[in-house]
Amino acid sequence: MEAQSLPAALALVAGGGAGLSPEKRAALGVSLTLLQHNYRFERVWFWGCIQGVRGSYYIAEGLRPDRAAPRIRLYSLNCLDWSLLTPATKEMVAQAEQLKGRFQGDPSFEYNFAEINPQAAETLFEGGKEPVIKEEARLIATIEQIDRAVGIVPRGAFVKTPLGSVHENRHFEGLSLVEAKKLSSYFHFTEPVNLKNKTLLEKANLDPSTDFLDSLEHDIPQGSWSVQLEKGGAVVVLRSLLWLGLTFYHVPMTKQYGYIYFGTGEKNVDLPFML
Amino acid sequence: MDQSPGLNPSQGADHTYAYERGHGPYQPHEPGYGLDQPDYSPYDDQIPDPKARMLAIQNAKAYLLKTSTTSGLNLYDHLANVLTKILDEQPTNTVDIIENISKDVKWARFQKKMDTLRDEYEIPPTYEAAEKCKALFIKENGEENEEIIEEEIGHSPLPNVMETAFYFEQAGVGLSKDESYYIFLALKNLTSVQPIQTCRFWGKILGLEMNYIIAEAQLREGEEEEEAGEEVTEEEVKGMDEVEEQDEEKEKEDEPPKSTYKPPPDIPKEENGTGANKYVYFVCNEPGKPWVKLPPVTPAQIVCARKIKKFFTGRLDAPVVSFPPFPGNEANYLRAQIARISAGTHVSPTGFYQFPEEEEEEEGGDTYEENPEFEPPAVAEMVDSLSTWAHHVKNILKQGRCVWINPQKLEEKNEEEEEDEEEEEEMDEQQAETGPPLLTLLSEDEGIKDIPAWTAQHSTNLIPQHSVAIIQSNRWPGAYAFASGRKFENIYFGWGHKYSPENYTPILPPPVQEEYPSGPAITEARDPTLEEELAFKAAQEALAAGEEEEEEEEEEGDD
Repeated sequence: MEAQSLPAALALVAGGGAGLSPEKRAALGVSLTLLQHNYRFERVWFWGCIQGVRGSYYIAEGLRPDRAAPRIRLYSLNCLDWSLLTPATKEMVAQAEQLKGRFQGDPSFEYNFAEINPQAAETLFEGGKEPVIKEEARLIATIEQIDRAVGIVPRGAFVKTPLGSVHENRHFEGLSLVEAKKLSSYFHFTEPVNLKNKTLLEKANLDPSTDFLDSLEHDIPQGSWSVQLEKGGAVVVLRSLLWLGLTFYHVPMTKQYGYIYFGTGEKNVDLPFML
Repeated sequence: MDQSPGLNPSQGADHTYAYERGHGPYQPHEPGYGLDQPDYSPYDDQIPDPKARMLAIQNAKAYLLKTSTTSGLNLYDHLANVLTKILDEQPTNTVDIIENISKDVKWARFQKKMDTLRDEYEIPPTYEAAEKCKALFIKENGEENEEIIEEEIGHSPLPNVMETAFYFEQAGVGLSKDESYYIFLALKNLTSVQPIQTCRFWGKILGLEMNYIIAEAQLREGEEEEEAGEEVTEEEVKGMDEVEEQDEEKEKEDEPPKSTYKPPPDIPKEENGTGANKYVYFVCNEPGKPWVKLPPVTPAQIVCARKIKKFFTGRLDAPVVSFPPFPGNEANYLRAQIARISAGTHVSPTGFYQFPEEEEEEEGGDTYEENPEFEPPAVAEMVDSLSTWAHHVKNILKQGRCVWINPQKLEEKNEEEEEDEEEEEEMDEQQAETGPPLLTLLSEDEGIKDIPAWTAQHSTNLIPQHSVAIIQSNRWPGAYAFASGRKFENIYFGWGHKYSPENYTPILPPPVQEEYPSGPAITEARDPTLEEELAFKAAQEALAAGEEEEEEEEEEGDD
C-alpha cells in the first residue's frame, strides 16, 4: 500500500487483527520518505511483514515510472534501516519451494538441503555448489511468489499506454459497490497468463488499455479469495486463502486501495481440504 | 458562399471544386499552396488575400457544424463544450487526458436526456449498517439508569476493552480503534441482556463470508441448568417413542439376525461450569448484530475437530462437510475450536493464580483463585524466560474432556446383562489418560520440530521502562498474550486453526470390521497328504499299544 496513506490504510485492514505498533508506524513514516529520496523512487509501497520465529522482516517496494517494471524490494528488521534485496531468480524460487516451516528471523540463517531433502539438493544445486540456501534468498523468493500469486489491484486503476508502459490511471474514481463485490473487478498485478486463453467474444468486450491483466475470476482453486464488505459496504476487504495474511482493501467510489501482507510467509497448501 | 469581387470567378470555382474533392483550400503551411494560383510563388509566406482566408475559415466552420447522422451532435459544438470544460476545470496535464474529457462530455449529454424517470433513492447497505452501529450508542433512559450505575461501579462484569486494546496495540496486534469501541459497546449490551457474572472479549475468528466476534462469559449461578435439563428430557421422550414403534414392527415381520455390534458408548460432555465447558461463549458477526450463545461442547466434537481443518463460513448454521463427519454444524465446530484454543493458549503470569489451600490436589483440580500476594516480575524477566507464564485453563485430554472418564464404567451403567460382563473382561483395560495439570509453566510446552511453542518479545526496545511483555503462540498462530505489571490478557485474532508444519492429510477410513474372530477351527488348512495320514495312523496305533501295555501292567499289579 502507498506509503503516504499508510495510517488510514492500516485502520482499514485491521479487521484481521494484524497491524503495526505505534512505534513501527512512526518509524515507517520517517524511513519510507528517506527511502524514496535515497533511491529516487517515484512511489514507495509498504508491502508488509513476514513474521519469523525470532524476529520479523518488514518489506518495502519501490516503483519506477513504469509500474510494470520489476519492483525493487527492500527489507528491514526494525523499520528504520533498509537493505536492498536482489531480484528473484527462477533458481531461488525453485529452491525455496522445497523449504517448509517458519522463517527464523535471522537473514543469514542457512537452510541445509542435505538434511531436508537430499534428492532435491542434487537436482537443484548443480555444479558442485553447497546445498544450502540463506534465509535472505528464501525471503526474496517468497515475496516474489506472493506478489505474483496474490498481489491485486482494482480494475481500471492502471492503464497501459500504446507504447507498452503502465502507469496509474488518474481518471480512476473507484469501483462501484456492485462491481466491488465481483472477483472479476480485480486483477493480478503481474504478467498475465490467462489473457490469451479467453474466447474471442470475451476479448471483444475488453478494453486493451485497462484490461491487460488477469482477473481473479479464474484463480485455482475456486474460492481461494474471501470477499467481505465491512460496515455494510464502506470498505471491501479481500483476503487470500492461499497465502494467509494477505489483505486487500478498497473503499468503493474513492481512489483508496492497497494490499498488505502480515503473516508467516507460508503457503496454505491445505486449502483444498479447508474449503 | 460569397464571392469576393477581387477574385477571378474562375478561381472561386476552382476553390469550390477543390473543396468538394475533399482537399479544401490549401493553407500557407501546406505544400501545394499557391501552386493553383499562378500569380504567387511557393516561397511567398504572406497571406495574399484576406478574403480567401475568410472563405477558408467559413468552409472549415461549415464542415465542423455538420451534424452527425448517428448521434445528432456536431463536432463544432462538441469541441466548444470540451474546451469550455477544460477551461473551467483546468486539470493538470490536460493533453494526456483529453480523450477522457471528450468522452465525459459526450456521456454527460446523454445522461440528461434520459431524465424523465426519477431514480428511486436506494438505501445503500452502508446506511443500514450505520443504523445498527448507532443503536449501540443509545443509552437506556429511565429509573433503571441510576440503579445500574451503582451496580456497575461496584462490580462490573464488563471488561475494559479499550485498555486491553491499547496494550495489544503496542505489540501491533488488534483491531482498529473504532471497531474496538463498537465491540466494547456491544459487550455492554450483552451484559445488560444476559445474566452475566464476568465476561471478556475472547477474540475474533475470520471466516469466508463473515467474521465472528467472540465473548467469553460466566453466567450467574442457576441460570443455565434449566435449559440443559429441558433439552435432555425432550430428546429422551422422542427416543422412547421411536423405540416403541420399532418394537411393534419387529413383531410383525421375520427379521435377519440383529447385529451384535454395539458402538462404543458416547462419552458424556462435561458439566456446564467445569472442564471444557467452564465458560459460555457468545458470538456475533459484527458489533451491532445480536449475540448468539454457542452450545456446550462435547468430547466427540473436540476429538473430531482435531482431525479436520475447515474454514469457517461465517454462518452458524452452515454444515461442516468433512471426513470424519463432524457431529454438528458450524456452531459446534466453532465452539470446539474455541475450546481447543483456550486450552492451549490462555496463559497468565506464574503465581497470579493459585490453587485454593483447602482443596486437595486431585486430578480434577479445576478451580483457581487469584493470589493476593502476587508480585509481578519485571518485564524483562517475563520476556526472557517462559517459566514466568503459566496456563490457567485445563488441558483437554485425548478423550476430549478435561477429566478422564472410563468408558467401561459407562457401559456398566447402561447394561446389566451377564454376557456384557464377560465381554468387558476380554477388553483390555484402558489406561487412564492424564495430561499436564492446571497452572503448568509455559517452559514445559513442547515445541513443534525445532520451533519453540511460544515467542516472547518486548513491545519496544527503545523505551524499556514502559515496554510490555508480549508472547505469541506458534502452535496456534494468532493467539497473543501481554503482561505489564499486574495487568495481563489473552486474545485471539486468526482463522481458528492450529499450525502444523506438515501438510494436512485426512485420516484414512477405519479398517473393515471383522464378522467373526478367526481361529483354528474356521481357518482353512491344507488337507494332509497320504504319507502324513499313514504316519499319523502309525503314531496312533503306537500310542494305543502303549496304553494297552500299561493297562495290562496295572491289572497285573492289582492282582
